Amino acid sequence: MSKARQSKLRTSLVHVALIAYTLVALFPVFLTIINSFKSKQAIFGQPLRLPGPSTFSLIGYETVLKQGDFVTYFQNSTIVTVVSIFLVLLFGAMAAFALAEYRFRGNTLMGLYLAIGIMIPIRLGTVALLQGMVATGLVNTLTALVLVYTAQGLPLAIFILSEFMRTVSDDLKNAGRIDGLSEYAIFFRLVLPLVRPAMATVAVFTMIPIWNDLWFPLILAPGESTKTVTLGAQLFIGQFVTNWNAVLAALSLAIFPVLVLYVIFSRQLIRGITSGAVK
Amino acid sequence: MTDLSPEQGTEAARRRPRRWHILVFLAPAVIIYTAVMILPLIETLRQSLFNVVDGEHVFVGFANFATLFGDPRWASDFWNALGNNFVFFLIHMAVQNPIGVALAALLSLPGLRFAAFYRTAFFLPTLLSFVIVGFIWKLILSPIWGVAPWLMDLVGMKSLFGPWLGKPGSALITVSLVSVWQFIGIPMMLIYAALLNIPEEVIEAAEIDGITGWGQFFKIKLPLVLPAIGIISILTFVGNFNAFDLVYTMQGALAGPDKATDILGTFLYRTFFGFQLQLGDQSMGATIATIMFLIILTGVCIYLFGIQRRIRRYQF
Repeated sequence: MSKARQSKLRTSLVHVALIAYTLVALFPVFLTIINSFKSKQAIFGQPLRLPGPSTFSLIGYETVLKQGDFVTYFQNSTIVTVVSIFLVLLFGAMAAFALAEYRFRGNTLMGLYLAIGIMIPIRLGTVALLQGMVATGLVNTLTALVLVYTAQGLPLAIFILSEFMRTVSDDLKNAGRIDGLSEYAIFFRLVLPLVRPAMATVAVFTMIPIWNDLWFPLILAPGESTKTVTLGAQLFIGQFVTNWNAVLAALSLAIFPVLVLYVIFSRQLIRGITSGAVK
Repeated sequence: MTDLSPEQGTEAARRRPRRWHILVFLAPAVIIYTAVMILPLIETLRQSLFNVVDGEHVFVGFANFATLFGDPRWASDFWNALGNNFVFFLIHMAVQNPIGVALAALLSLPGLRFAAFYRTAFFLPTLLSFVIVGFIWKLILSPIWGVAPWLMDLVGMKSLFGPWLGKPGSALITVSLVSVWQFIGIPMMLIYAALLNIPEEVIEAAEIDGITGWGQFFKIKLPLVLPAIGIISILTFVGNFNAFDLVYTMQGALAGPDKATDILGTFLYRTFFGFQLQLGDQSMGATIATIMFLIILTGVCIYLFGIQRRIRRYQF
């Protein structure tokens, strides 16, 4: 009896600790979103209250939508992220298949070569990267960002996907070969559908750093027409730093897509991490 | 139909003269990776040995490094950034990783309710961009808004509040803790996954021997997840010595106040790209990038050859 009570006490202590950290993790986000819907007076007067009928105001959002070109920024970020993920998945899966499926001279060496990029950040090559982009006229284009992010995402994608491709049954592939399928057909029609869960995991891992990156948009594509959401928000907030309504609204707008995607994909993401995809 | 054994399959493959499809499968990834990542990296390392003398690009050997370490103006900035970067890293190791491990240990308790909800909440900050994280905390810590003093008043510590981001003594610690807040989800998830992979039998055997609670965690579970702790340490190291964004958003490219939050990433940015009165300097930028490369490479090698091989792995 007392043991049961003791374990109940223990469980509640665990929940207290976890709820406390949940508050630490969520409170800043919550605070930003509720205050973005309030008038300036209310933001300073009662920062912790929910917006009520007398304090509700959309003035911040109006400023953001009027002053900042967030639709373009949003479009740029989406294009860069989607195209990069597509290329990382396609080229990464192809290379992973070659490494996992065929024995050829230099296989291990090629695997190691491609793995260097998992640990060494691509940022360290920025000096020459910028010169290269200037020389090829790619500065201030979305292509430059797509190329960089594809190169950045490939090493981890190849590493994770080749681990998964080793688990695809040889019998299946050999059956396909006997039926006269080409190696390309075996890859695209037999293997790719089987590793779809791993592809989803890789997609999520690739997406986060691309969407949030500030360094490369700042250096390779700072032009007005190629700004990404992250860079656009940074500059906008820098300009409107004293207009708290606008700053809070811009922040909330930047959080929103991440929140929606997270709610949709969190299961996939967490399953991907916990299944040992990143060992 | 499918009774062809694997040996015969490879035999068939060996007889084929040239397997172009391997090349086709590998080519796109290898070309992009080499052209956009490896070659620029090598070229950057090479440029650290060159500089512009009398308008011409000439080989100068290690002169750039001599300037970086020898010229008092460069050297003081460099050692300041490097020292700050170490503090930044140590705060992550001392705060982020232990809290991450503790949260993972609590989450992995058997039969815990709402575990999925907590997990989702803890990981959310990791997904937010630096810009969002940086500005949210700037607003919260701002003395103008007064949210932070109000919160500290709740726990009776209002008198301790100060404009932390503006004071040279506390700015670096504050920025580091904001970064910890952002990235705590990563160690938590990786340790959580490792803890879930410990088989039931091991835990049951420990319970039969009367090892439960704290003792069980420290004596049984922690040694079993040591490889994962090694991984989060090296990930933290690489991430920290490559960091830039959060300091840039919170404190600007000058990493104020008075360069108190300057780390290698912001130092590289200012040097290479120039800022305000300072002109961009490609050779010195390449030199700093080379030093960062060497630091990260050293860390990775220590991990791969020194730590990872010594950690005992248990096969279940």
